[in-house]
Amino acid sequence: MSQETREAILLRPKLSRTEQGARFFFLACAFVALGQMVLIMLFLLGEAGGLFKTANFFDFLFSTEWYPTYEPPEFGAAALIVGSLAVTFFSSLLAAPIGLGLAVFLACLAGKSREWIKPAVELMAGVPSVVLGFLGLVVLAPFMVDVLGLPTGLNVLNASLILALMAIPSIASLGEDALSATPRQIQDASYALGATRWETIWRVTMPASMSGLSTAVILGLGRALGETLVVLMVAGGAAQIPGSLFDSVRPLTATLAAEMGETAIGSPHYHALFALGVVLFFLTLGFNLLAHYLGQKWRSR
Amino acid sequence: MFLSGYTQKDREFRQKLAIGAIRLVAGGFLAVLAILVIYLAYQGLGAISWEFLSQFPRDSMTAGGIWPAILGTFWLAVGAMVVAIPLGFGTAIYLAEYARPGPLLTAIRLGVNNLAGVPSVVFGLYGLAIFVGFLGFGRSLLSGALTLGVLTLPTVTAAAEEALRQTPASFREAALALGANRWQAIRQVILPAALPGMLTGAILALGRAAGETAPIIFTASAALTLSAPESAFSEVMALPTHIFNLATNGTHIAATRPQQFGTCLTLIVLVLGLSLIAIITRARLRKGKKW
Amino acid sequence: MRKIGVWAFCLGGLLVFLASCGPSDTGSGSGSGAPLDRPRGETVRVSGSTTLLPITLKAVEEYLKENPAEIVTVSGTGTGEGVKSLIDGVVDLAAASRELKPAEEKRAREKGLTLTGHVVARDALAVIVHKDNPVQALTMAQLRGIYLGAIRDWSEVGGEARLITAINRDSSSGTFEMWVEKVLLGQKHRPDAQVQSSSGAVAYAVAGNRHAIGYVGLGFLDGQVKTIAIDGTRATLATVTEGSYAISRPLFIFSRADASSSARRFLGYLLGSEGQGLLAAEGFAPAGD
Repeated sequence: MSQETREAILLRPKLSRTEQGARFFFLACAFVALGQMVLIMLFLLGEAGGLFKTANFFDFLFSTEWYPTYEPPEFGAAALIVGSLAVTFFSSLLAAPIGLGLAVFLACLAGKSREWIKPAVELMAGVPSVVLGFLGLVVLAPFMVDVLGLPTGLNVLNASLILALMAIPSIASLGEDALSATPRQIQDASYALGATRWETIWRVTMPASMSGLSTAVILGLGRALGETLVVLMVAGGAAQIPGSLFDSVRPLTATLAAEMGETAIGSPHYHALFALGVVLFFLTLGFNLLAHYLGQKWRSR
Repeated sequence: MFLSGYTQKDREFRQKLAIGAIRLVAGGFLAVLAILVIYLAYQGLGAISWEFLSQFPRDSMTAGGIWPAILGTFWLAVGAMVVAIPLGFGTAIYLAEYARPGPLLTAIRLGVNNLAGVPSVVFGLYGLAIFVGFLGFGRSLLSGALTLGVLTLPTVTAAAEEALRQTPASFREAALALGANRWQAIRQVILPAALPGMLTGAILALGRAAGETAPIIFTASAALTLSAPESAFSEVMALPTHIFNLATNGTHIAATRPQQFGTCLTLIVLVLGLSLIAIITRARLRKGKKW
Repeated sequence: MRKIGVWAFCLGGLLVFLASCGPSDTGSGSGSGAPLDRPRGETVRVSGSTTLLPITLKAVEEYLKENPAEIVTVSGTGTGEGVKSLIDGVVDLAAASRELKPAEEKRAREKGLTLTGHVVARDALAVIVHKDNPVQALTMAQLRGIYLGAIRDWSEVGGEARLITAINRDSSSGTFEMWVEKVLLGQKHRPDAQVQSSSGAVAYAVAGNRHAIGYVGLGFLDGQVKTIAIDGTRATLATVTEGSYAISRPLFIFSRADASSSARRFLGYLLGSEGQGLLAAEGFAPAGD
């Protein structure tokens, strides 16, 4: 504290009005921030509600027929929901092991090189998704058609690979934080009992940081689920339940981004898109709450 | 205990196998990253020139530059921070300094945390309905900046709150013991100590705002403007939407490929440059902390 | 203490900077219940169909060369969004690849607006395949079969043994609506048809994929893809202009009755001889009568 500050604090009388004003201001900020979340939710639900004046809720959730501009239109979201879940699931098959492997490498094996690898990985987490989608479109898709001989390069596999590329850095970074936070003593205790380095990592460090690791994976997956540009550019956009990795799909986010601009405001299609937004919102909310819950559950043990 | 049943050789073999596999995975992933970066740099550098960075697009975007997109992204990101920094810092100060445990605190924390998990395209819908439609700002710089501001709010808030919480309690106690009221303690003691950390978070958020596409497609972005934005109500071009438009919406997708790579490289340098500044500052701060 | 001052100064400076580029045309408080009708300056905003984007982009470039004082911004986010923005007063001109829908007309009426459609060009959907695809022609029935999913392999229509990848435009584009109406006769397309968000993207996807078939406006035929004759007629400028090609439609620019004089000038340019010359150069058929 500088001399000036100390004097200011000592000499100034209590300004209760400023004090109150400040408190009020910060509370107001917090309320505005909270209000955003409430507004998003209210407004999504409000706009989505319009759909169910004309459509049946179960048809919306369980029908695979997404023909929003036909006469009469059909708004079956099942294929879109499955599309979202499919690319998220398949990307997790790649992203979870590689992300966690990278986390273990950074936390336990990298030694000095960690000092530059960790920032590099964190930097990768910040690469705009449109750039990754672009790479999927111009590099991976032609490769799949020309070299693998697939009928299309815009499919579940392409989207999953690019989404994994996007999720791995965040899983690795969060996972590394969790692993590094493991108390040094229990690792030392493991070594003292004669365990090898790998046994210590696998049987002691990883179980001890299970809370952080599972949170890292689930947050990474939540990010993949909500990612828009990648799936818009490389998933192919066919509203079908995929039969294989090489089929095109149309995830929720891609549908929103592609169709929102083209629909007339207040039309059933417009309301249906907001209903998709609600589904997406609650799916990602579910992922976040799950991450939070797992974090709490493991922590309490 | 758990080691029984394995011979020493077994255990060493397992160790070698597992650690070897992890090194392979990590090395492989880092190699993929390196290849991507080199590929983008190689393809992008061919397109980037002073002309490319400083001129307006010409000939249906197949020639000329991306200056309006750079300008648009700059204003959108700065505008987002003008929204997110006061709100986020204010919220963080409330959470860290004023709030007492209770339902209100839980609600605010839950709200802000979950805001961070909301998909960016949903922010786009929100911005479209609230700022573009309801408030009547139209598709404009203002609507886009507000949308991005709300999107980055949780990032800014979380980083600021962490920075505030890292200032030692003794600072607070000392200030209060000297007779300062809470606001004086915050303004004169806690904020100066926490501000660099808070701003580091803001720089990271700035990078994120600059790289987002989905929220500005419907709230701010134009395919082509041939003049600098003249007011907050102007539609603007932006780097991410420019890439998206050229690569998927464009009229000459193959012919504008060099522009697409050039724009990608520009955007990456911008975003990663900002992140790099933030990461380096943070590392310095962590080392330099005396308390 | 000093530090916080510096930061505050920087932040304040940014705010002032931003404010200084703020709107110059506020203050005229129309203040009515319609918050969307804020006063518009000289800027002409064009939005709407991506099909018309090649024309509008080119036209704006040329127009601004001749009239450097004007400001025109263009975005292509789809017909529906363009018309919506026009009704809301967010844009001055909306490009559309279809007529107005009843819901849109109703909304305009409720706001007391008259929207006028100007036919700016005639467009046709050329059916395109990869350059190396040996198939030269299809009947309308075969084309329909491919998009409905009855025909799944190129060998069924005289091509090589190769699965067909059918590419659609996104479901709410005017292009897609015409396709459903004229080719599919209102039936549901196969669910595994891919979706691309613009005609340019369809052309690009087809150019790089020997399995693919797609449809694009004439302006997107850039020599990278092969046009297929449908029922014996190939989509060209001539067949579209004379009306012998079946899958064709007018393209519109919609304007409001209260359009600014700048917007009228630009519209006049598009519909006039210079604008029509430009769109012919971009591969569209002029509006004609």
